[in-house]
Amino acid sequence: MSALLSRLLQFLLTVWAATVVVFALMQVLPGNAAQVAAGLQATPEDVARIEAEFGLDRPLPVQYLDWVGGMLRGDFGTSYVTHVPISPLIADSVQVTLILVLASMAVALLIAVPVGSTAALLRGRAAGAVLSGLSQVGVAVPNFLAAILLVMVFSLGLGWFPSSGWQAPIEGFGGFLSHLVLPVLALALVQAAILTRYVRSAVLEVLREDYLRTARAKGRTAAGALAVHGLRNAAIPVITVAGVQLATLLVGAVVIEQVFVLPGIGSELIRAVQNRDLLTVQGIVMVLVLMVLVLNLVIDLLYTVLDPRVRSRS
Amino acid sequence: MSRPILLTAALAAVGLLAAGCSAGSGSTGGSGGGETRTDIVIAHTAEPTNLDFTTTSGAAIPQALMENVYESLVRIDQSGEVQPALAKSWELSDDRLTYTFLLDENATFSTGDPVTAEDVKFSYERVVSDDWTNALSAKMDIIETIETPDEHTVEITLERPSNGWLFELASLVGAVFSPDGVGDLANEAVGSGPYTVEKFTRGQEIVFAKRDDYAGAAPGTLDEVTFRYFGDAVAAANALKSGQVDVIGSLQAPELTAEFEADDTKQVIEGTTNGEVLLSMNNAEGVFSDQRVREAVLHGIDEQAVLDTAWGGKGTLIGGMVPPTDPYYEDLTDVWPTDVERAKELIAEAGVEGESISFTVPSLPYAQASAEIVAAQLGEIGLNAEIETQEFPAVWIEQTMTEKDYDMSVVNHAEARDLLTVFGEGYYTGYDTSRIADTALAADQGSEEEYVEGMKEVARTITEDAAAGFLFLFPNLIVADAAVTGLPENAVSDAFAISGLGWSEG
Repeated sequence: MSALLSRLLQFLLTVWAATVVVFALMQVLPGNAAQVAAGLQATPEDVARIEAEFGLDRPLPVQYLDWVGGMLRGDFGTSYVTHVPISPLIADSVQVTLILVLASMAVALLIAVPVGSTAALLRGRAAGAVLSGLSQVGVAVPNFLAAILLVMVFSLGLGWFPSSGWQAPIEGFGGFLSHLVLPVLALALVQAAILTRYVRSAVLEVLREDYLRTARAKGRTAAGALAVHGLRNAAIPVITVAGVQLATLLVGAVVIEQVFVLPGIGSELIRAVQNRDLLTVQGIVMVLVLMVLVLNLVIDLLYTVLDPRVRSRS
Repeated sequence: MSRPILLTAALAAVGLLAAGCSAGSGSTGGSGGGETRTDIVIAHTAEPTNLDFTTTSGAAIPQALMENVYESLVRIDQSGEVQPALAKSWELSDDRLTYTFLLDENATFSTGDPVTAEDVKFSYERVVSDDWTNALSAKMDIIETIETPDEHTVEITLERPSNGWLFELASLVGAVFSPDGVGDLANEAVGSGPYTVEKFTRGQEIVFAKRDDYAGAAPGTLDEVTFRYFGDAVAAANALKSGQVDVIGSLQAPELTAEFEADDTKQVIEGTTNGEVLLSMNNAEGVFSDQRVREAVLHGIDEQAVLDTAWGGKGTLIGGMVPPTDPYYEDLTDVWPTDVERAKELIAEAGVEGESISFTVPSLPYAQASAEIVAAQLGEIGLNAEIETQEFPAVWIEQTMTEKDYDMSVVNHAEARDLLTVFGEGYYTGYDTSRIADTALAADQGSEEEYVEGMKEVARTITEDAAAGFLFLFPNLIVADAAVTGLPENAVSDAFAISGLGWSEG
């Protein structure tokens, strides 16, 4: 129990440190928000007036406390560039990105687990080597290249799916899916290739274990023994990697959102940086940091669920 | 992480696998077949950050809203002439100081209220108040008084005669607002134009709906018009090819035009804009304060080669700061012919062989491409241009434009009739404005002929003083489904007017 508490305390301290770092980084970003808002024809007086309106002329500690205080209440403030509240904007775009990332991870796992296990079971045979080779190729393909190829073939060539855009699920599930196919595949195929390699080595590891030999001795097939006794044990290293890869997927999503013009958090972030919409940038970066920290926390907690040995140790 | 998201993601994953097995049809068809369409989707590049151009600069907001949602008293037509809009006619007094505008009495705001002289007075007094933080509002500083003798008459008196003012009035500073409609301009646009903003989805699109009660000068034909925003030119081109959009309002990758030109189902329109791609040189400080060095640069660069290499030959050589659609346009391309030998002589005369110059280039495709070839050409005449890429707008505006910490730069000055701003007092070009100030003032106050002649002289003086290089006039490249009609060839104002758009029969 105390281990859990100290893990949570560590989490909170990290979050607090992150707010300080994020805020400080925004201050050293070159370029002035008021200047960008005022445009190419502005006089210094125009810029000063806008700075005052934005509250950028207040002392930094005041701006920091104002920001952190707001976030504690779930309020990220109102953007001085778009003049709309930032919280709903982040909520909307995070949804898009989360759907994209989680669906990609799900598809990647749905491909990686059977393919990786098969590759492990077929080790030493031609089919196994082909599967490993394919995953090697997949790892080497960058997301955006996969995206461009998918668009060329399935959108421009065959006309099966739209080349860009987004439709919210409530506006029609069919349209939602058809817009989602190519971006998810672009992220998932590369990810599946990476995970396949981990699944394969984790399964190989497990196949050498005594309890599997015992299961085989009691009459199970190799695949049957693996399914019943092996996969749960093989899952632990795979989940660790999948967790880390979720963070990579978030980064990959920023690129994929650009290619497919999706209104996700990556697109919002890029737009906000270009407009020097610092309050929005701060908010988005904070949310991204939080997501990664929560992810790590969840993975840590998942170990204890999956592996009784970890539980008893702590 | 809320449960609906997890659920949606899970459903999506399952659905995706199903979709992978049975290929669905995702794209909507273009034109052709059946009834004539009443909607259109237009791809644009820069997205409005909000709907309020009174406090936010940038071309994206007026591009979407002017002439479509907001109207001014006048507008600019395709040949650059001032035409009636909310004002059906106007008269100028003999002393050239007072304009009397007669308002179109059928005009109404989207709220249903009529557009009155009081609304015009309210709007224009607001432009010069602190409510407007957009620096363009200075264009209305010249107004002395606004009188409203009756409900449909507005008399605007200027401090001094000005030929340029009526033209400026057609831009966003002339937009007429309803006093009840300025409460939340960033999110809600209430204007008198033929369309209203039906839906603004940030990061994606603006949907305009036609006003059925519009009785003004430029009624819309299509019921629904969508501006969809693509930061990436290739994504926009793909969307056009796959039928998700019908028009690309301004293609930002000219190398893609050849493909569309060869396609019978598409049309390519090449017109002009007000955007002069300027090779600016810091006249006030550093190596370019010496006119001989600036002259050497102008002799040294081959504008046609720059245009061909950087922008696929799309664009117009102008040699000066005036586009062909302005009344005082003059072809100035022969003032500084390419002459590498003469350039080398001038460099030697000024004693700056091998000098390093700081060439700050905005992170924009046309600027990056132009800068590379300009730097190579300058190398030929003995100048060592060191290219430094600066993020646009934030870093470039701060360091090059505001702090003037540069020797040379390249940027598209897209404003209409902006030569007096770009070569004005305190601007980053550092031009000696005393060379043109008197002529420009006299021209603005003179008769229309004197205006045209005077401004021609101003533009010629700027070019002859080698104040900057004029690489080319940015093209207006529109690519569209072949059945789309009414597309504007030239981008003459800050608006992308949608009321004339339609579909050919069949």
